[in-house]
Amino acid sequence: MRRILQSGALRKTVGAFATLGGVAVFVFFMLRALPGDQISASLGTEAAGLTEGQRIALVEYYGIDQSLPVQFFSWIGNLFQGNLGFSIRAQQPVLDLTIAALPVTFQLAVFAIILALGIGVPIGMLSASRAGKARDVLGQALSLLGLSIPAFLLATTLLTYFAVNFGFNPNGLGYKTFFEDPSVNLQQMLLPSLVLGFGISAPIIRTARAAVLEIRGQDFIRTARAKGVSTRTLQFRHILRNALIPIVTITGLQFGYLLGGAVVIEQIFSLPGVGRQVLLGIQQKEFALVQSTVLVIAGIFVIINLLTDLLYRAIDPRVRAE
Amino acid sequence: MTQLKKWSVRPVKAFALISVASLVLAGCAAAEEEEETATPTATEAEAPAAVGGNLVVGLTVDPDTIFPWKATQFQAFRMLENVYDTLTAFDADLNVVPALAESWEVSADGTSITFNLRDNVKFADGSDFDSADVKYSYESIQVEANAAVARSTLGGVVSIETPDADTVVLNLATADVGLLANLTGTNLAIVSSDDTEEELSTATNGTGPFMLESRTAGQNVVLARNPNYWGDPTPLDTVEFRVLPDEAAIAAAMSAGNVQLALFSDPITARTVSGDVTVSTTPQLGYHALMLNSRNGVMTDKNIRLAIQCSIDRQSVLDTALLGEGEVTGPITSPAFRSDPNARPCPERDLAKAAEYLAASGNADGIEIDVMVPQGLYAGEVEIGQAVAAQLADANITMNLDVQESGAYIDRWIAGDFVAAIALNGGRPDPDGMYGRYFPSTGNLNQVAGYSSATMDKLFADGKVESDPAKRKEIYAAVSAELEDNAVWVWLFSGYSYTATSDTMTGFTPMTTGSWQYLRTTGLK
Repeated sequence: MRRILQSGALRKTVGAFATLGGVAVFVFFMLRALPGDQISASLGTEAAGLTEGQRIALVEYYGIDQSLPVQFFSWIGNLFQGNLGFSIRAQQPVLDLTIAALPVTFQLAVFAIILALGIGVPIGMLSASRAGKARDVLGQALSLLGLSIPAFLLATTLLTYFAVNFGFNPNGLGYKTFFEDPSVNLQQMLLPSLVLGFGISAPIIRTARAAVLEIRGQDFIRTARAKGVSTRTLQFRHILRNALIPIVTITGLQFGYLLGGAVVIEQIFSLPGVGRQVLLGIQQKEFALVQSTVLVIAGIFVIINLLTDLLYRAIDPRVRAE
Repeated sequence: MTQLKKWSVRPVKAFALISVASLVLAGCAAAEEEEETATPTATEAEAPAAVGGNLVVGLTVDPDTIFPWKATQFQAFRMLENVYDTLTAFDADLNVVPALAESWEVSADGTSITFNLRDNVKFADGSDFDSADVKYSYESIQVEANAAVARSTLGGVVSIETPDADTVVLNLATADVGLLANLTGTNLAIVSSDDTEEELSTATNGTGPFMLESRTAGQNVVLARNPNYWGDPTPLDTVEFRVLPDEAAIAAAMSAGNVQLALFSDPITARTVSGDVTVSTTPQLGYHALMLNSRNGVMTDKNIRLAIQCSIDRQSVLDTALLGEGEVTGPITSPAFRSDPNARPCPERDLAKAAEYLAASGNADGIEIDVMVPQGLYAGEVEIGQAVAAQLADANITMNLDVQESGAYIDRWIAGDFVAAIALNGGRPDPDGMYGRYFPSTGNLNQVAGYSSATMDKLFADGKVESDPAKRKEIYAAVSAELEDNAVWVWLFSGYSYTATSDTMTGFTPMTTGSWQYLRTTGLK
């Protein structure tokens, strides 16, 4: 038994389920702690004119007439049967809505991460290669810009600038999936992934720079250099490879963050992803929609973390040995 | 080494490929957009509307329901008023005109209204419209368990008769002069007696000019021309209500020519729209007010309420908070009954008089009040609160801003759980529809109004039954005076709405009610 518990894979699996359980409890009760309910969210101040009989009818209609424990366990029970709930507003199952929204966010996150890595890793390496010199200052300045320019500001500016000056506003055409219209879809993803990628490249630049600087000062690099290993081989095989672990860690974290946290960008660029789905659900107090979508996002986050761990093993033989 | 090289080079290649492809595609798109939005020639600009075409309307959020009796959201109304009809309607000047009822007669004592229904009207599914549908609709709205929003409008209807297929008689407990105007609301839409709420929550079946073609949650709603519409067929083939969640995104889409019609609440964003677009400013019937709860705390003292009223320079608040985009108003904004903002105890700010009122209340040294302010409900809400607070400070009235998230604000507003509140309330073309719910002691919003009196009850009862327009005006002028003289609330100003229309659109008239009913006459050049 002890052996089984000591097994890394099992520990991680148990940890993952515990995390998801915690998220489920947290999101369920947090939503109920918010002021207002679906009736006031839907009717606004008109709800003041409801008679008691009308209110009772609506409470039943929205399914908020049960006690909290009953609602919670009914939700969890349904989840295990693949039923994520029903959105009264959209008149659709939450599962269908989530299945439609997830690929949008996933595509945006992948594009943003590719751009962020494309910008962040080379600039981080270049900065570290001449620490304190002009290229390092430039790299650091770029990273500072990425960190300090608010995404909503950059997004709105780009959106307005391209629309007004070039009539380029693919996001105003209504969202198209890649399979419906690949050309429009890629155009619709261009500006949002640029904005997100630019923002995420900042921590990647900093992480890459710090990691490369640290590795460069280590004994085995000095030994390799003394043995006459070429600069190129040294840079890529010895330094970059060993600097990858923190870069992969930050990339994994940022990717997970993007899956749930790209809401502002999805909002500005009218992308119907999961972030917007959650936001709309919160505004409308559609509890089933929000809690199930958040749980799906948390589940994906957990999976990404597990995959990141696996990637460590692929990159670093010392992790494999452990 | 080889493996590492492969790993490091592939993403770079992929990234480069995507970037280049995207830029090429972007370039192509820009060219296409340029072609689409090229300035029309003089001939094109003057061309009359052609039958056909697809109009795209930009909305920040999609309609939250397609069932008319439960709709309260602006976006849902704008769509549903083009799908369903009511017995009566407003024209552009807010006169009550026939809709599904071709004409009507009111009995001498006002307690019975006979509607003669229009002939040859069909629902979108091809079934005939008749008096049974009106009876079914109104009686269903009256059922408490159906939780229809406009149930109280039909509160005075005691029975509905259908002597024949083309006639409906509403029998009222007492005369209700405002009823004809109140029946124009989309919440009183006539549906087929064969349909249920469940069916009409997933598909529409109205007698209006359009019908639902498709609905994708969070993305768009598409209406198509109703081939069975009784009136002139709409020039447009379809109207797409497209969701662009941010007003800046809608402005960008209009500038790029992707959207032809949108409504802006923020004047600054409306001004960023460029290209062949006209932005019209329409005064609204809704009004901003500092609501004072006369049943709560210091507001029970009329002198304190009057002191607050005299301390505020409304125009200055409007200029500060909303860039002067609006008009100072009295309580009633209904066009035919509009209150004179100068007929109030302090038409201009009068700090000396405010001090007198404070002294009379026994608070010569000043008072402190908490004012509930919403956040996230409408543009300028907190700014209005701050501007009012700054003005009250000059009169020794310390106003603590109690800023509440929209959900919390609505909960407390509904319960009347505030001493004072900054609010944006809706207006109606008829003053009874506007305030008949608030200020009579039996009104279903009286707990929110926080005020009632025997005088007010009598005035509203008289206004409801008086059919002489001149006498009715006098009654509502007295209502207005009663509200202002007692400083029941402090009415501040009405704002504007900003309707942006592409210059390719014809036949569209924005209305002060916010209605988009003229989509039915809209065409594209």
